[in-house]
Amino acid sequence: MTNANRDSAAARRFLRPTDDPLWLKVLLIAAALGFIAVLLLLPLVLVFKEAFANGVAAFWAAITEEDSLAAVKLSLMAAAIAVPLNTVFGIAAAWAIAKFDFPGKTFLVTLIDLPFSVSPVVSGLIYVLVFGAQGWFGRDLTDHNIHILFALPGIVLATVFVTFPFVARELIPLMMDQGRDEEEAAATLGASGLATFLRVTLPNIKWGLLYGILLCNARALGEFGAVSVVSGHIRGQTNTMPLHIELLYNNYDYVGAFAVAALLAMLGLITLALKSLLEWRYADELAAAHRH
Amino acid sequence: MSAIGLKFSLPRPRHVLPGFNLSLGFTLFYLTSLVLVPLLALVLRPLSLGLDGFWTAISTPRVLASLRLSFGMAFLAAIIDAVFGFIITWVLVRYRFPGKSLLDAVIDLPFALPTAVAGIALSTLYAPNGWIGSLLIEHGIRIAYTPWGVLVAMTFIGLPFTVRTLQPVLSELGLEIEEAAATLGATRIQTISRVVVPMLMPAILTGAAMAFARGVGEYGSVIFIAGNIPAVSEIAPLLIVTKLEQYDYAGAAAIGVVMLATSFVMLLALNGLQSWAAKRR
Repeated sequence: MTNANRDSAAARRFLRPTDDPLWLKVLLIAAALGFIAVLLLLPLVLVFKEAFANGVAAFWAAITEEDSLAAVKLSLMAAAIAVPLNTVFGIAAAWAIAKFDFPGKTFLVTLIDLPFSVSPVVSGLIYVLVFGAQGWFGRDLTDHNIHILFALPGIVLATVFVTFPFVARELIPLMMDQGRDEEEAAATLGASGLATFLRVTLPNIKWGLLYGILLCNARALGEFGAVSVVSGHIRGQTNTMPLHIELLYNNYDYVGAFAVAALLAMLGLITLALKSLLEWRYADELAAAHRH
Repeated sequence: MSAIGLKFSLPRPRHVLPGFNLSLGFTLFYLTSLVLVPLLALVLRPLSLGLDGFWTAISTPRVLASLRLSFGMAFLAAIIDAVFGFIITWVLVRYRFPGKSLLDAVIDLPFALPTAVAGIALSTLYAPNGWIGSLLIEHGIRIAYTPWGVLVAMTFIGLPFTVRTLQPVLSELGLEIEEAAATLGATRIQTISRVVVPMLMPAILTGAAMAFARGVGEYGSVIFIAGNIPAVSEIAPLLIVTKLEQYDYAGAAAIGVVMLATSFVMLLALNGLQSWAAKRR
């Protein structure tokens, strides 16, 4: 932003030594806009164009079709379990890491970030190796007729894994920055632990928390690779929205596939808008490291 | 300080705040049961094959071809993302033009768009009858259902990493050094290529490494456009899925271990890059 001030009307007549020549500016802006338009915007436009290719009625019919509704319901259910779990975990981890000193803290932070560097397919694979028919507990589970893979629990586990660090990595730097003085003052004055958290910590971290939950939720609803490995792809039963898109697309039902895709794309756009709003409005109250 | 005497008589309790045991205990339990134990299952599984068996499982031509494709295309995509990421960041930080803040928000689109959505959109776009594919096919260029489709998808998914890593670094880079270079007679191009770019190199490489790591493991946005022809356009994560469907758990785990090991190496490399960048500051 410092450069913007330099461009004031008075200074505009002179080309500063740090200003690029006009031809270079035009060239670079054209390259940036062109690359983004072709690579990022065209796919987005195409999703909505294809979804409404046969009109609004066809779009509506596609997303209210029985199996599509089942997929929406399953996705919402998986997110409704996974997101609160990871939120509680994120708060607990941030509380322990930011408010106390203990050995191995840096290592713990690295471990929490680990799921982000693992391929989605590997994220699903690890649960197959634990709970699958030939997995560690596969025999015991079949004996007791407990279904984890190819059922909701497996989908939730895979979703929890891929969205694991979102809330924690947002809250840890934020709460570390804020230190523990305010909480210690509250505790010294006799506030209980819960009261301290709810009335001192939470107001300080609410926007960062919301930011983390927002990203966590978007990923939970949109996850494909990890869930694909553990779901079993049973139409109307274990197909989440992204898996249902795959099924429709592979069956050449393009309007159906892009209709469900448009729903998810809309969710992504809303997330993006809220995220930009939070970054712009509450920049100071979000963790310094959030732009990664 | 006069308070020293007081400190001796009134030793401060180790923790004034409550909840240490509860929060750390829950964190460790949750992390261990959901992340560490399942990852251990992956690392231990190929042991059932023995070292020779592991080697045989990952050295078949089909597996090697898929690893070569995943790593090679992710590498190329990271280079493209680094180049265009630099141009886009430069434009975003240094220039003023209408629609700039919208452009800034659009960069995160690959993060926000679920991979399956991106996958079918890219595939339809670059198919021989698609908006871009039909233009290219006239020139005899095929993207969809070839290894180049893999490259397009990986470039798409990796772009935000390079821009978002470079953006804060370039914003904080003062103009003084560039002014000094200009004063000493450097042309604008010389200043950018020989002063600015070398200073930004750690951030550029960090962003490219993140894009590379994401590309290697990427699945959803790639499989639709790739065509998935074995040994030609079949990526390693897809081969894991195929082996699982054939109940070849050990074979799937062997490829998984190779990919996990790469993730670790990339994490280490990224940490190294960070400390290099910190030292240069």
